[in-house]
Amino acid sequence: MQSFLKTGKLGPQEKPATSGSSQKKKTSVCTPWVEKYRPRTVNDVVEQGDVVEVLRQCLGGADLPNLLFYGPPGTGKTSTILAAARQLFGDIYKDRILELNASDERGIQVIRDKVKKFSQLTASSMRPDGRPCPPFKIVVLDEADSMTHAAQAALRRTMEKESKSTRFCLICNYVSRIIQPLTSRCTKFRFKALGEEKILERLQLICKEEGVNCSEEVLQLLVQTSEGDLRRAITCLQSCAKLVDKGTTVCPTDVLEVTGVVPEQWLEELVTVCRADDYARLESFVERLSCEAYAVSQLMDQLLKMIISAENISDRQKAVICEKIALCQWRVSDGASEYLELLDLGCAMAKALRS
Amino acid sequence: MSLWVDKHRPTSLSKLDFHKAQAKRLKNLVQQGDFPHLLVFGPSGAGKKTRVLCLLRELYGAGVERLRMENTSFTTPSNKKVELMIISSNYHMEVNPSDVNIYDRVVVQELLKTVAQTHQFDATGQREFKVIVVTSADQLTKDAQHALRRTMEKYMATCRLILVANSASKVIAPIRSRCLGVRVPAPTIEEIAAIVTGVGKKESTLVPPELAKRIAESSNRNLRLALLSLQAARVQQYPFTPDQSVPSQDWLTYLRETANMIVKEQSPQMLFQVRERLYELLTRGVPPGLIFKGLRVLVRNCYDAQLKMEVVERASMLDHRLQQGSKAIFHLEAFVAQFMSLYRRFMSKKIEML
Repeated sequence: MQSFLKTGKLGPQEKPATSGSSQKKKTSVCTPWVEKYRPRTVNDVVEQGDVVEVLRQCLGGADLPNLLFYGPPGTGKTSTILAAARQLFGDIYKDRILELNASDERGIQVIRDKVKKFSQLTASSMRPDGRPCPPFKIVVLDEADSMTHAAQAALRRTMEKESKSTRFCLICNYVSRIIQPLTSRCTKFRFKALGEEKILERLQLICKEEGVNCSEEVLQLLVQTSEGDLRRAITCLQSCAKLVDKGTTVCPTDVLEVTGVVPEQWLEELVTVCRADDYARLESFVERLSCEAYAVSQLMDQLLKMIISAENISDRQKAVICEKIALCQWRVSDGASEYLELLDLGCAMAKALRS
Repeated sequence: MSLWVDKHRPTSLSKLDFHKAQAKRLKNLVQQGDFPHLLVFGPSGAGKKTRVLCLLRELYGAGVERLRMENTSFTTPSNKKVELMIISSNYHMEVNPSDVNIYDRVVVQELLKTVAQTHQFDATGQREFKVIVVTSADQLTKDAQHALRRTMEKYMATCRLILVANSASKVIAPIRSRCLGVRVPAPTIEEIAAIVTGVGKKESTLVPPELAKRIAESSNRNLRLALLSLQAARVQQYPFTPDQSVPSQDWLTYLRETANMIVKEQSPQMLFQVRERLYELLTRGVPPGLIFKGLRVLVRNCYDAQLKMEVVERASMLDHRLQQGSKAIFHLEAFVAQFMSLYRRFMSKKIEML
């Protein structure tokens, strides 16, 4: 508890399962459920069979390779390594782990100084209380795909030279942004997007623990909108539970509002307007839509799904439209104006649907 | 004399004029004494900031209105010093990191960590966390947004972020998934008209319904703009007449004139003149994105659907480049030139056909 107050770091996880009720009450007030229900042991990690197997063996005494975790957000990459570290090192795990993420300065200088120094320290194979523990430290580089190439290159030799005393764990969303020499030094593990039933199971568990009234329908909706991202599903569930009055049940419209999903009728109207091939109507529609403040990138995601499964559009038209969606999506995420991009997309769709 | 926009800003969630259902939910949220990070997004003049301030007031009481301003300086890794103004009360802090352009990452890293690592001395009777309001969060560079990711989780116990953005698409997905999204749609024309009349009444000014409606319509569903133009109209002429003209912003008029010039004549000389006018607008601090949006009225002047679509395509491409590039004038001028050439080609073809 003391250390939790001091740094505000990883507090809820450290809390032993049998902590006093008074402490529990205090932390539970402001703990996001994502933190509260983070897996505490490697065995708790949902799915991700391979990596769990490797880590389990390592816990049993086998050697740990350098690791590279990659996969979509919310699949448990950070949770897994933190849980493993806690199991490996027990209460001294704070001293044995160096966690650097995108919020820390991670230029080449930091790699040269901080990481190198940390990795050169030797670790004993004993805990202070005399119990054995693995004789190495772990450097966790979270969100490694946002490191510069120069900084990544600086890691190369360090990783090899200090392999006696240090293991590295790189975590990223896109493995292609990690330079080849680093990937070849690590064992790669891909984290799959979680299956729907796994997410559902987890959500049901949380609902039961937290006493949230949630119908099956609502949970299904949450699972669908989360697209395999467990963190997103849990955050949404918590937000929904907080927004409604105490005691009432969460209804599907709440979920839609919280997740920011654009209602179907807007998408249908967009397609109808495009079919009508009338610029003035399209413009006024886009104007109305942008006043509603839905996220255009979200709209495009949904539109893409709708177009792909639409039956009255030929394959050729679909191809043209999808390409345009890709282009506009990219521009929007780059910071271009949503209004113009949507208008452009609308025009392109009208043109494609005409022929 | 203060602006009516500020003077009549609602100060509590129950006094908000529109999106009442949402206000009620926000109230529920606050009454539980705690909330997750928030991402408030909506078009400008829809009342995002008002909602955030109401929320804070509900949370901390009147203390949040005692504000002070301080200039804080941050040191970048290359030892450059950047200054940023921070508005803060005892409980919250309001920053706009995008003011320091590409150094916003430093600000985000430093500021969040220092705030998040300090604790309230006496937690009894107070909230256990501080709130940091980050305005124009969509303007943050990708680097800065990535820097927020893990920090947001790590310091959850001591600080909450409220990100205020114009559009949610420019906020990266990992951040969106860590926040509770609060969508604030623009008020409808009727709602604006009602508020305009209401504010008029509070200022003991009688606003004829026709005028209120016209002010609302000309504001493009932007409440702030509507109230500003109401006040401007009051200064211009009072008592109001129903057919009184709604004062528009002069840069908008200027831009409209420019657009008319472009449609009237397409020649290198005209391009030169237009360029000067665009420069004029830029030096007056009109953001290039808005100029682009203003120029799109050109599209309405095209007669042919095919031509319109082509112009829109060019516009969206150049708008994207404008965001990427550094000199706005290049892209604005490119758009004007491309429009001129497209328009002219189309016109000459039309004449040939005749």
